[in-house]
Amino acid sequence: MNPFRRSPFVIVAAVLVYFFLYAPIVGLVLYSFNASRANVTFEGFIPAFSDRVVMDGSLVKSSPCGPFHWYCDLAKNGDVAEAAGNTLTIAFTATIIATVIGTMSAIALQRYDFKIKPFSQLSLYIPIVIPEIVMGIGVLTLFSQLFGWVNEVFNLSGDARLSLGMATVTVSHIAFMVPFVTLVVQARLQGFDKSYEEAAMDLGANEWTTFRRVTFPMILPGVMSGALLAFTLSLDDFVITFFTNGPGSTTLPIYVYGLLRRIITPQVNALSTVWILVVFTAVLALQIIQNRESKQHS
Amino acid sequence: MASEFAVEMRDVVKRFITPEGNEMAAVDHVTMQIKNGEFFSMLGSSGCGKTTSLRMVAGFEWPTEGEVFIEGKAMGHTPPFQRKVNTVFQSYALFQHLTVYQNLAFGLEMEGAKEEEIKKRVGHALEMVQLTGMDRRRPKQLSGGQQQRVALARALVKTPDVLLLDEPLGALDLKLRKEMQLELKALQQQLGITFIYVTHDQEEALTMSDRIAVMSKGKVQQMGTPVEVYERPANKFVADFIGESNFLEGKIKSLSKDEASVFVPSLNAEVVGMPISEGLVKGEEVVVSIRPEKIRITEKDAKNTNLFHARVTNTVYIGADTHVYVDVNKAKVKVLEQNRISRLDPKSFYVVGQDVWLMLMPENTLVLKKD
Repeated sequence: MNPFRRSPFVIVAAVLVYFFLYAPIVGLVLYSFNASRANVTFEGFIPAFSDRVVMDGSLVKSSPCGPFHWYCDLAKNGDVAEAAGNTLTIAFTATIIATVIGTMSAIALQRYDFKIKPFSQLSLYIPIVIPEIVMGIGVLTLFSQLFGWVNEVFNLSGDARLSLGMATVTVSHIAFMVPFVTLVVQARLQGFDKSYEEAAMDLGANEWTTFRRVTFPMILPGVMSGALLAFTLSLDDFVITFFTNGPGSTTLPIYVYGLLRRIITPQVNALSTVWILVVFTAVLALQIIQNRESKQHS
Repeated sequence: MASEFAVEMRDVVKRFITPEGNEMAAVDHVTMQIKNGEFFSMLGSSGCGKTTSLRMVAGFEWPTEGEVFIEGKAMGHTPPFQRKVNTVFQSYALFQHLTVYQNLAFGLEMEGAKEEEIKKRVGHALEMVQLTGMDRRRPKQLSGGQQQRVALARALVKTPDVLLLDEPLGALDLKLRKEMQLELKALQQQLGITFIYVTHDQEEALTMSDRIAVMSKGKVQQMGTPVEVYERPANKFVADFIGESNFLEGKIKSLSKDEASVFVPSLNAEVVGMPISEGLVKGEEVVVSIRPEKIRITEKDAKNTNLFHARVTNTVYIGADTHVYVDVNKAKVKVLEQNRISRLDPKSFYVVGQDVWLMLMPENTLVLKKD
């Protein structure tokens, strides 16, 4: 008899975990096809051709998009397009800059010994463990103080006045992304034998060529997974963006929050579904890269 | 060639700061002159300073004191990529993201060689290490022995004046290692390049080297040909590190122009007629050293000098040889007997408890300073 017989408790626990993890998501996706505009109960899919009376007696008009009515609705919504554009612009810009800074600091922490190194290492964890709302208030205070002072000193007016917007959101995102990138790249560098770099130099490559042709290609999987992690964090971020955004820099999370305060239509569900798909794809890519990396390591 | 010496280390010191904050000399006033075309080995156990010395020649470390010369030119702080030496690393350090061909081409691209030339030279180098046809493989797809050859070819394709090898065969199994030792030696003779070889394996050093520097605690203990370091070790450390030896402590009883006699308390007898080395004085506490294979066992008292009565305490049969352990008075001595005839018949050999006589040939017995 197998001594490791599965206990019924394990099965119950597993079912519960999966239920609470995925039931909300399944519900959310399902309701994005809801015929009811109020979106409180699920009243069937939207018909494609003929109108239909639903339970509460109201009439559901047929839509050329059929069950995908709310997705079509979403596509026509200019605000959503703008918010999605902002979100991606911020995520891409911040990811590129944070990846460069994070990779450089990881290499510096790996390679050099300096007095404040233990402090630098520890300080990486501060943005990770600190409550996001504290950091959000912090950057907001910083920006408003700084901008107020600059605007006054240089006597700026009208469009020239510094204010919250895309730039402040991007900078704040970079600030919380850098530690994540650094830690991921550092983990990759831990197994990096310095004899690869010595071999490159031995064969005639100077420091820069060594980095470009040997070090960087070898740590690239680590850099990529750090960048992807940072990217998904930026896509999701609500709290810090909430404090640092301004007119014209509304991101998707902020937009959805705005919608929720008025009325929850299935459009929000449709938007969330698309969004989940995007993030899921990014996480999948991250996983594939990490798998390949661990295979290379073994 | 401009200089008689391919590599010269002049009074080189390398100090490191240990993690505890102490200063430690990994290399302590080392002077070595390595001739052009020589197969030179640095031999010692880990931490003896051999790898640090090699890394200073390669340019990965700079000496704290002293100077390294390559082809007569002082190297100072010249970076590795400006030195005409190449290294074969212990871990091979093959670029995993590149193919075998790209690994070999890397060094030539750095020289700015044309594609045609790179192709020709890489092909030639692969042929030299018998890896033709492997050029599109990745290092991970090769066996340990093949990776080792790629590492060798990658360094040799640059046609360096001096090839530095840091325990290159350490990761291979014994049989492959022995094959590669002979191959490396043949390759070195064929190319005429100076090889500086770092190893902790004394047999490897003896097999391949023209000269060996035996190192310990950052210092060169002895430098010489394999025969010299084995037959005339400079001190007890070298005698002990290279091969095996019986050491008997004693005191110099008499000293003539070329012979010494030593009284050994544990034998309660004098060992006479031994060749002397420099710096010995009468009355000095010394060590008499004799290798196990150089002791003769006889069953009869031959009335010779340096003949001692002994009793067999153990015999260990190991195929080609038998180790015979004997007690001579209070001293325990190991003797190595070649199995020139079959030992199937127990009567053909010594048995435990048997009385025998040990003969120490004076010319095979050494007087070494106590250290």
